[in-house]
Amino acid sequence: MSDVADRVRKIVVEHLGVEEDKVVEGASFIDDLGADSLDTVELVMAFEEEFGIEIPDDAAETIQSFGDAVKFISSAS
Amino acid sequence: MFDLTGKNALITGASGGIGGEIAKTLHAAGATVGLSGTRVEPLEALAAELGERAHVLPCNLSDGAAVDALPKAAAEAMGSVDILVNNAGITRDQIFMRMSDDEWGDVINVNLTSTMRLCKGVIRGMMKARWGRIVNVSSIVGATGNPGQANYAASKAGMVGMSKSIAYEVASRGITVNCVAPGFIATAMTDKLTDDQKGKINQQIPAGRMGTPEEIAAAALYLASDQAAYVTGTTLHVNGGMAML
Repeated sequence: MSDVADRVRKIVVEHLGVEEDKVVEGASFIDDLGADSLDTVELVMAFEEEFGIEIPDDAAETIQSFGDAVKFISSAS
Repeated sequence: MFDLTGKNALITGASGGIGGEIAKTLHAAGATVGLSGTRVEPLEALAAELGERAHVLPCNLSDGAAVDALPKAAAEAMGSVDILVNNAGITRDQIFMRMSDDEWGDVINVNLTSTMRLCKGVIRGMMKARWGRIVNVSSIVGATGNPGQANYAASKAGMVGMSKSIAYEVASRGITVNCVAPGFIATAMTDKLTDDQKGKINQQIPAGRMGTPEEIAAAALYLASDQAAYVTGTTLHVNGGMAML
């Protein structure tokens, strides 16, 4: 679990150029981390690649925060 | 002037007059080309003519699964898809009051829906690369309408609205989405017209003649180039002045 969180955090930090300590469980990509809607698509693409999983569009739409991403990926991989 | 060395371009309808010429022009500018179309023979003949940097990627655009598979096949063959030219199109002309649901649906499906699917399939890679060019071949008819072509005109006008919307969404990623709208172009199809018919058509064109596939290909080349990076969401009309839009 923590491994997943670390890898997800690294992707978010790199992609959105935010401070690591801002990437907390409830942090919304758009509202708290300054992402636009296309950034969220790119984040999902990066998660798919990092974890070798496929995230369908309807699931991708539910991944709004760092915590959502960790939860989804943990259960999917 | 326009150098596409190192770029990989997927062109649909490459077995046709305009599509084939677009492929030749992009290839001459240095691009690797993926030639798509329904008929394999003309694609292979074109690939043989071009020599290196040409891949044959047959696809029936009325088959949704085949359309979804095409961007992947193209990326596997060429390494990426940096330029997408949606040129393929069909007509099923009929006066509107007699137009069947099938005549409507087939044209919308091949011309508009497959364009949408192919755009979706290539944008992922373009977003990562922070560079991409999509050129959708619309038609003068999409802007002016044409009797007997409600389906075709709707599909071509739909392409323009869709291109503008996608252009908005992906502009920040270095991807441009534009249309080229040909007027009357001399191809195998127009060769079948009688001299009388051709004369009547030419009277409606201020330039006094039909356009050539090369003149459409030149527009596509420009929109695919680095130099056109600041041009997006536009429609480049190439019609000899037939409609000044």
